[in-house]
Amino acid sequence: MSKKSTATPDELGSSLHGKASHAEAAVNSSLSKDQKIGLYRLMVRIRRFEERSLRAYQAKKIGGFLHLYIGQEAVAVGCCSLMGKDDHVITAYRDHGHAIAVGMELNPLMAELYGKATGCSKGKGGSMHFFDPSRNYWGGHGIVGGQVPLGTGLAYALKYKGLKGACMTFMGDGAVNQGAVHEAYNLAALWDLPVVFVIENNGYSMGTSQARSSAGDLARRADAYHMDWGVCDGHDLYEVRANMVRYLDRAREKCKPSVVEIRTYRYRGHSVADPDNTYRAKGEVEEYRRTKDPIQVFQDLLLAEKVLDAAQVEKIDAEARAEADLSAEFAEASPYPSIDDVQKDVYWEADNPGERTSGGRLFFN
Amino acid sequence: MPVLQYREAIRQALAEELTRDPNVVVLGEEVAQFHGAYKVTEGLLAKFGPKRIVDTPISEAGFIGMGVGASMLGIRPVIELMFWSFYSVAFDQILNNAANVRYMSGGQIHCPIVIRGPANGGTNVGATHSHTPENVLANHPGIKVVVPATPYDAKGLLKSAIRDNDPVMYLENTMLYGDKGEVPEEEYLVPLGKADIKREGKDLTIVSYGRAMVQSLAAANVLQQEHNLSVEVVDLRSIRPLDMDTVLASVRKTHRVLVVEEQKPFCGVGAQLAYMIQSEAFDELDAPIARLSTVDAPSIYSPPVEEEQLPNPQRIIKAAIAAMAS
Ligand SMILES: Cc1ncc(C[n+]2csc(CCOP(=O)(O)OP(=O)(O)O)c2C)c(N)n1
Ligand SMILES: [Mg+2]
Repeated sequence: MSKKSTATPDELGSSLHGKASHAEAAVNSSLSKDQKIGLYRLMVRIRRFEERSLRAYQAKKIGGFLHLYIGQEAVAVGCCSLMGKDDHVITAYRDHGHAIAVGMELNPLMAELYGKATGCSKGKGGSMHFFDPSRNYWGGHGIVGGQVPLGTGLAYALKYKGLKGACMTFMGDGAVNQGAVHEAYNLAALWDLPVVFVIENNGYSMGTSQARSSAGDLARRADAYHMDWGVCDGHDLYEVRANMVRYLDRAREKCKPSVVEIRTYRYRGHSVADPDNTYRAKGEVEEYRRTKDPIQVFQDLLLAEKVLDAAQVEKIDAEARAEADLSAEFAEASPYPSIDDVQKDVYWEADNPGERTSGGRLFFN
Repeated sequence: MPVLQYREAIRQALAEELTRDPNVVVLGEEVAQFHGAYKVTEGLLAKFGPKRIVDTPISEAGFIGMGVGASMLGIRPVIELMFWSFYSVAFDQILNNAANVRYMSGGQIHCPIVIRGPANGGTNVGATHSHTPENVLANHPGIKVVVPATPYDAKGLLKSAIRDNDPVMYLENTMLYGDKGEVPEEEYLVPLGKADIKREGKDLTIVSYGRAMVQSLAAANVLQQEHNLSVEVVDLRSIRPLDMDTVLASVRKTHRVLVVEEQKPFCGVGAQLAYMIQSEAFDELDAPIARLSTVDAPSIYSPPVEEEQLPNPQRIIKAAIAAMAS
């Protein structure tokens, strides 16, 4: 799906590749049975983790916002499964799926939601701000579009250091209207930075549909910056991988940025606080669940391929539920940060007093 | 000792740090081919090449955010803002991303970025180009803020800022770029968070920084000669971290304080200082803490009036005499 300025979005969406061919794409056909099961398991673990977190939220164990990724799992898992040693990821506040997809354990994630000291950010970030730089995962960012220049900067650093990596910079369909996103597009294209901007188009920014917020096609805006771009469906994990691999390779090998719009859908409200009864029809959600659920779609594919059988499906699901439950127990049992922890992790220097070179006061109470 | 302009001192600091550390990169509008809007970076492109000295489009949110992201992976960007006033279009990148990412990641990340450029009034460029955001910046834990007033401090502080592992906002002053001062040949650093007594005195302490400090020194000379007043001038140099020890020691010596700042008064640096001085040295004070700020309005264009809106030696002299009388 290269630049096709005259194509309509529909033509792009149902592009060149038929459904069957996605499984046969080299990037997918080369997967071992275990690898396929691993990808399936990741999606199930994300789903069960989030369902468990929702129950904890309803039990008032979790504060603030909880933006669930349910329905979008194939996007994060498909994209992150393509990461090599020097590939990086950054995303917005709907970040649980990406965190699990890059390999973060459930315990520190659930503990973070509970605001516990054992959380991945020591209880300082919360749902919107998961981080694990050791897995090349740079968050978890709460300001719509604000992470996009950062992702561009990670790509800049890769190029500066001569590393053959790419930074996948995720954003929502609502984020594309932020100025910072366009500034980042321009810099990435101007300087040939190895970044793949991934628009996770779930059709809505909060309660505003794409039609009511964005003029024109989302990914096609890349054309104005002479960037490669494409659109694909995000319900079939194979399709995500088959498309993304090309853009990632181009970034790594040729230092060329691109914009990929992945069409997906969220089943839950924008956040748990959204009653989800004002801006879309129940039937629409049901239709997606019934026909396009990424876990079901991939399960069906793997069953047909005889990679999975019903018993394994059951087992994977039971294990994921148990793991999610255990993570909630871990979170529950963990301590909260202390009030003394509030002023830690603010300044590198304050956290490393032995190496402090400055004098004076860093804090004012 | 060699005598350098303030801008040359900054340039030397950049050149030395670029030489010392291959991860240091200078980015900004017009910094390379044009040599910098205020010629601070003149000659650096020829010496270090386009990978290290990078002209950016007019895209502050883009390139500052990009710099923050690059710093998370170990690059040490030194980003020039043509005017600090333009920080407002990159506010989110500086004060949400650079300031908070360490905290929100539970200390897993740090951002060794420097953002530098002039932040001052006095050049008749009107309200949009005359912001002095040191108080706004310093209001954000995670951010460090320095405001050098002399070539010596400018060089030493910038070298420290570039080596610092936290984001440092470095505020220069276009009115000082041509000022000359002694700068040693041998390498030196001025640590952040260390105030400097620029003039000793015993009757009144003026706490100041930046160009207002330079003007305070001029005022102090007049006060000595014409009013027989011995004024001590404390140059903060660094707003956050803040060297209160030096300030308090001076207060204990003179028992009277005038804060002089090129800031609007509301929640300005002077307000914070006055609070801390009264809280920590109340019994040392013989009079209320006096404060001289920029007259509280957007920065006026009209050249002779702008001079009166800002602190200037005459206004400082008047304020000092009033502080002695109270
Ligand atoms: C700058 C900014 N404006 C508004 C918000 C409030 N807000 C949070 S999420 C959101 C919708 C974003 O939608 P989209 O980019 O499509 O992402 P999605 O939630 O669908 O994943 C809004 C308006 C914000 N966090 N940041
Ligand atoms: Mg959306």
